[in-house]
Amino acid sequence: MRNKNQYKEPLIHITKKPSIEWWKAALIRAASIVFALILCAFFIVLVTDLNPFEVYGAMIKGTFGTERKVWVSLQNTAILLCISIAVTPAFKMKFWNLGAEGQVLAGGLCTAACMICLGDKMPTSLLFIVMIASSIIAGIIWAVIPAFFKSRWDTNETLFTLMMNYVAMQLTSYFIIIWENPKGSSHVGIINSSSRVGWMPTIFGQKYMLNIIIVFAITIIMFVYLKYSKQGYEISVVGESVNTAKYIGINVKKIIVRTAALSGAICGLAGFLLVSGTNHTITPSTAGGQGFTAVMVSWLAKFNPLMMILVSFLIVFLEKGSGEIASTFRLNESIADIMTGIILFCIIGCEFFLNYKINFRKKSKEVK
Amino acid sequence: MKKVLSIVLAFALILSCVGILAGCGSNGNNQADADSGNKVSSDKIKFGIICLHDENSTYDKNFLDAVKSVQSELGLTDSQVIIKTNVDESDACYSAAVDLVEQGCNIVFANSFGHEDYVIQAAKDYPEVEFCHATGTKAHTEKLDNYHNAFASIYEGRFLAGVAAGMKIQEMIDSGKIKASEAKIGYVGAFPYAEVKSGYTSFFLGARYICKDVTMEVKYTNSWYDEALEKEAATTLINNGCVLISQHADSWGAPTACESAGIPNVSYNGSTIKACPNTFIVSSRINWAPYFKYIIKCVVSGEKISTDKCMTIADGAVELTDINTTVAAKGTEEKIAEVKAMLEKGELHVFDASTFTVEGKTLSSYKADVDSDANYTPDTEVISDGYFHESEYRSAPYFDLVIDGITVPAE
Repeated sequence: MRNKNQYKEPLIHITKKPSIEWWKAALIRAASIVFALILCAFFIVLVTDLNPFEVYGAMIKGTFGTERKVWVSLQNTAILLCISIAVTPAFKMKFWNLGAEGQVLAGGLCTAACMICLGDKMPTSLLFIVMIASSIIAGIIWAVIPAFFKSRWDTNETLFTLMMNYVAMQLTSYFIIIWENPKGSSHVGIINSSSRVGWMPTIFGQKYMLNIIIVFAITIIMFVYLKYSKQGYEISVVGESVNTAKYIGINVKKIIVRTAALSGAICGLAGFLLVSGTNHTITPSTAGGQGFTAVMVSWLAKFNPLMMILVSFLIVFLEKGSGEIASTFRLNESIADIMTGIILFCIIGCEFFLNYKINFRKKSKEVK
Repeated sequence: MKKVLSIVLAFALILSCVGILAGCGSNGNNQADADSGNKVSSDKIKFGIICLHDENSTYDKNFLDAVKSVQSELGLTDSQVIIKTNVDESDACYSAAVDLVEQGCNIVFANSFGHEDYVIQAAKDYPEVEFCHATGTKAHTEKLDNYHNAFASIYEGRFLAGVAAGMKIQEMIDSGKIKASEAKIGYVGAFPYAEVKSGYTSFFLGARYICKDVTMEVKYTNSWYDEALEKEAATTLINNGCVLISQHADSWGAPTACESAGIPNVSYNGSTIKACPNTFIVSSRINWAPYFKYIIKCVVSGEKISTDKCMTIADGAVELTDINTTVAAKGTEEKIAEVKAMLEKGELHVFDASTFTVEGKTLSSYKADVDSDANYTPDTEVISDGYFHESEYRSAPYFDLVIDGITVPAE
């Protein structure tokens, strides 16, 4: 007989797992994607009567269908990756920079201003230096203001950086009205469309090539910076415990401002890549929500810049796939959004199984 | 040290991969040299359309409905009409246009103002494909054989909608509900842009054609789609004493504000009668189907598509919805039919220079900024034969005067 006072074991209980081998982790993640695809397949059949394999085929076609599409996908990945890399050092320090959107826009705005106002006033090489410098400085200013307040008066950086986004958007709207053409349209249009002054040069016949190379370089540098540099180490220490950092003599205020500035600088540069290297125009939605998507990319990749390459490519793949599904099958994009939701949910959900073990109550064997 | 080396190696590898890909890229564009004058048999027609949003926006729904009706009318298959929705006004628009070309489209159409520059870029890169763009202003200055702008004489539709508004206000005055001095219309506009100005002016002239006492107050939201702002602007106008509201913006903000305040509303882009049964009078809209049929016909017959095409009410490109008889004044339907016939015959001109003044003066000459440039230089004389020639020197509206009787916010 079971003792009345005996502890009643719950049907399921959860324990923390010791860290597992990388290949097991990779296997679990792959399984989660397969599971997500099966789940999506049921969903597709249930709602649309389409063949799920055709739908997946369309998604692949949307990303890899032609060589040009591959380039566009690589370009989109590069931009998202660049912003994700930008927010990472701040996140690693537990400085919740939700202002990437505004920092990118501030950088983009400065680039556009240089292209419009200085385009015919200075040689191209000088123009590019001014464009890059001003966009980086703008990004830094947008990030350092909240960081300064955080380090001085411990203000909430989440709200502060978010609010800075709106300031950047309103400022952009203001300048668009100054530069708009035709009057009242609130559109700037493609800047310098005939002279192409201030457009990122085409190399090897590919207009996106330079963007991609620059972002790859930033990614590698950031990986090295975070992992091997003293400053990178300081960031991790401040992120783990501010008190420890103080104890070992790290100037926490300085680190916060410096890291936020780095974060802002790369965001500003992303703004430059978007305006000079991609769209050649400026709108209040130039950043297009990627400042927020980047937050997810950075987290999903566990702040590892090399993993971010994969994750940002996955996000771009899902976006491109959504568009292709909507067009090929004449569906509303909402259905693709739901699929994206299911896939991301499974991928994020599988992290739980990587970190925890589920124990079921052992059956009657022990009970006599 | 080993790690640093491996990183350097990885980087080199990435670079060389990118280089190889680029090598393939440089000779990838195999364009067929076909003259734009060539005929295309109707089963080879492939029509691609790029929309800024999807059918959740009334503006885009209007295009999507038109393209689907043309598809079934001409018996085209789904693979002959390719629809791309939610295409941003950015490099994504160029990519979408080129993708449509690669899928074999002979006509590519884009529906949003900000798409224009990217469509022009694609038109330059693919001279064998016809590119058409709604609301754009640059076709007549770019002078490309395969790039065309389109619009419709929506000012005629708004004038007729204004007639319905004038009837309603006259009825209010006659029944003693309001004094003649209180006959003020409120108008929620998106931007202080010629398209919007042309719209509210034609609406106002239509109302004043019926009721001599009307005045109008305009509020801008500075957004094409912002439900909250549009609602707020409409409510402010109602509080300022406006007895009837109309709007040129794409959400349901203004109509629903009218419904809850019990103020009559003349809508745009489609009927709002379901949500606003007690206040909706009538709505004007552009029907894009005639234009779509026109460009398809041109490509099939090898005819040249007009650089600027502004189809009119007589072409069926501008329509009024059914009138809500419970709200509209008596005899509105007959009056609209009468005025419409006069417009179609050319007996009546919407922007008849004798019907309006600017700063107290009647205009006999006005130069408009038809060829867009950074300094907004007025370049084309647009008043002749006693009326303002809207949408004739280019398809997109360029009426940007503020006439007496209309109060606008300072710019």
